Amino acid sequence: MSLWRYANPAEFMRVTRPVVVPLWIGAGVLLAAGLGWALFFTPPDYQQGSTVRIIFLHVPAAMLAINTYFIMAVASGIGLIRRHHVSFLIAKAAAPIGAAFTLVALITGAVWGQPMWGTWWVWDARLTAVLIMFFFYLGYMALWAAIDEPEKAADLSAVLCLVGVVFAGLSRWAVLFFATLHQGSSLSIEAGQRIDDAFRTPLYLCIVAFYVLFLALLLMRARTEIRLRRARALRFAAVPA
Amino acid sequence: MSFAADPYAAYVIAAYAASAAILGALIWASVAASRRARRDLEGLERERRP
Repeated sequence: MSLWRYANPAEFMRVTRPVVVPLWIGAGVLLAAGLGWALFFTPPDYQQGSTVRIIFLHVPAAMLAINTYFIMAVASGIGLIRRHHVSFLIAKAAAPIGAAFTLVALITGAVWGQPMWGTWWVWDARLTAVLIMFFFYLGYMALWAAIDEPEKAADLSAVLCLVGVVFAGLSRWAVLFFATLHQGSSLSIEAGQRIDDAFRTPLYLCIVAFYVLFLALLLMRARTEIRLRRARALRFAAVPA
Repeated sequence: MSFAADPYAAYVIAAYAASAAILGALIWASVAASRRARRDLEGLERERRP
């Protein structure tokens, strides 16, 4: 049995149908538990006060902002190489989700930065890379929308996505290469525990909740794209030659 | 969490409100698009049936 059979739209729809509703329910329960815990049951930090509670939105959103771009890049690469429409459609479906999570990361970062750094924004390597990545998300979506021919739109958007992967990488690793105002990773396997359990456990819960929400949104949007493609094919088939 | 006398409460509330608004809009748009596409496709398939 090959993994590539899921590149068949009908097979993809069949396999994902029973998963979507449980994912939505799981996302709702986990978000309520994670954010409820974060807001009402975590203590203020001894240095940052209650602003530490922004971490429960900022870190999961930033992780998903970057990882969604990597997922899009992999899907685009597979689409270009193997010509699987579902790959292109998954990348297309992921773009608004990644853009929304990037916007959440940028806004929560600015709102957190103001009281802690004394400024809403600095043009340091990580923040600038994330902003450019956000523009790549917008550019990718605009390119899909601007081209009527789906095959051409898929190819050109995929190339644009692969170009922008540099900024997704910079967003992830800029703190290692440049002196930035932004701190290093809060969660690191190599560096050991850098965050107290009072914050770490609800943070893990929020990260899982955001990933489940991402999966629910991705599958729903990918299924929508497949339906739109099928509807377009039916309309073309109905037009007399 | 007690918001009384917390000098940072406005920042925390602003961050959560902005995130809820963005993610809420994304979810609403995704659900609406899904329903529209499903309805559209079902209509087309019904028309094609003999």
